[in-house]
Amino acid sequence: MAIDVDTARKVAKLARIAVPESELSKVAKELSGILKFMERLNEVDVTNVQPMTSVTPMELKLRRDEITDGNQQVSVLANAPDTKEGFFAVPKVVE
Amino acid sequence: MTELAKLTIEKARDGLRKKTFSSAELTSSCLNAIQQAKELNAFVHDTPEIAIKQATDADKTLSKGDTPSMCGIPIGIKDLFCTKGVASQAASNILQGFKPEYESTITQKLWDSGAVMLGKLNMDEFAMGSSNETSAYGDVVNPWQEANNNKKLSPGGSSGGSASAVSADLCLAATGTDTGGSIRQPAAFVGITGLKPTYGRCSRWGVVAFASSLDQAGPMTKCVRDAAIMLEAMSGHDAKDSTSVDIPVPNFESFLTGDIRGKKIGVPKEYRMDGMSDEIEQLWTEGTAMLKDAGAKIVDISLPHTKFALPVYYVVAPAEASSNLARYDGVRFGHRSSLSLGDGITEMYEKTRAEGFGEEVKRRVMIGTYVLSAGFYDAYYNRARKVRTLIKGDFENVFAQNIDAILTPATPSSAFGLGEMKEVDPVQMYLNDVFTVPVNLAGLPGISVPTGLDKKGLPLGLQLIGRPWEEAEMLNIAYSLESSASFFDKPQKWW
Repeated sequence: MAIDVDTARKVAKLARIAVPESELSKVAKELSGILKFMERLNEVDVTNVQPMTSVTPMELKLRRDEITDGNQQVSVLANAPDTKEGFFAVPKVVE
Repeated sequence: MTELAKLTIEKARDGLRKKTFSSAELTSSCLNAIQQAKELNAFVHDTPEIAIKQATDADKTLSKGDTPSMCGIPIGIKDLFCTKGVASQAASNILQGFKPEYESTITQKLWDSGAVMLGKLNMDEFAMGSSNETSAYGDVVNPWQEANNNKKLSPGGSSGGSASAVSADLCLAATGTDTGGSIRQPAAFVGITGLKPTYGRCSRWGVVAFASSLDQAGPMTKCVRDAAIMLEAMSGHDAKDSTSVDIPVPNFESFLTGDIRGKKIGVPKEYRMDGMSDEIEQLWTEGTAMLKDAGAKIVDISLPHTKFALPVYYVVAPAEASSNLARYDGVRFGHRSSLSLGDGITEMYEKTRAEGFGEEVKRRVMIGTYVLSAGFYDAYYNRARKVRTLIKGDFENVFAQNIDAILTPATPSSAFGLGEMKEVDPVQMYLNDVFTVPVNLAGLPGISVPTGLDKKGLPLGLQLIGRPWEEAEMLNIAYSLESSASFFDKPQKWW
């Protein structure tokens, strides 16, 4: 299936990547090329095949339900582009 | 003085223990070599102060005797690993200025064993690439050149900086990571050894995530023995990575006897691709003969779903990447775009990500977003996961026939020129990983061993694929192959 300009615009929006209108057709062409390559998978009979969930079969380990870390506010905020009074600061979220 | 930098880990370990030279001397030799090699663009963040401090500490430990093998050994670290207080950008502009507040488990293990950090190594952005041309730091240059032609070549990718630095003797060894071939393909392009362990052998904690079900870190070294030594220092269970497996770590080096009599080596017919060059074909035949001469039994095997490995990979890896890279939103770390009047949080996300990610990363995030989106999830993502089960099943069938390891070419060609692949269709670049990708999809260990030069005078490598958790066995077969091929050529210094 080929990706058209409208789909490319929608995918860019979902991915939260600003793509200028003028570049959408190029993006659509590239993504279509990759999708065409993926469509080779339609040749495979996957009836009754389970999708892989874990490449190395293993049981998840449990640990005691206790606090082992914390009080790292300074470290957590150290790399933030903007902070205010000990919080991450972002532009207005609600109208 | 840059002579000491040419040593292998094994030789340096002996010299350090015998006090022939100190770690401080060895480290300064590497720092000098790095200074002279700026043209290769392999090291992108040098850490000489840390290196000198760690070397001095290692010399103190060495003076007391009974030290781990990595004690005092100067190494380079791929930029994908978080190193406390040292820039860790995954070669992306979106992590511009990011200095982690914590250390990755693997690098911590290496420092605990006494290794010395020389600096951070260039790579493809977020490990997405096979030529080291997608880096925010610019291209890495391969130290090898064609005979009678000084055009600049790609070191492969994504661990291109690691490959170039080890090959050019800027460090004794380096860490790499491998999601679809990113250790083994560059190792083959520069004539060194590169090992991807079984999925779960090395902790992924603190390694910037690309595709979590495929990513594994591993050593890139000057010889097979060094890979065994360094792998042991990097391996082991980590409570901070729920996919790291709690099983004992063998002393890999002790398995290197070179005796492979009676071992069964599988040669898969599906890896003999249409249009495969005669040189690769010949290299493979010669490698097979070497193992046979060493007493191994060669068995023709079939891995019928091989041709679907790349399409599966290019669904699964971008899907996981689109999810992992959602965290780069300009809020908690890294780059944030400057905003226009009236811009809200969505515009901030969109502008930040458009400015911070390079073209290949954007392409893969968008492909991943598409294959996971409503209406396409089953057609692409679930189908790919099912075919992945079949690919793993192919290997399980072969190993059930008591095959000890599989021999294949590492790459479809030797190193290509920088820029040569830039204008081609992205899918052409993806074909570089045709022999390495199935190994990641099946979670198996793989090693690339240099075994010869092509007509252009460039190194070529063969790949051995091992049974899960049997890196030791795989290393011993690789050791035998290395001894028979006795390829230890070095690039001629032009930088």
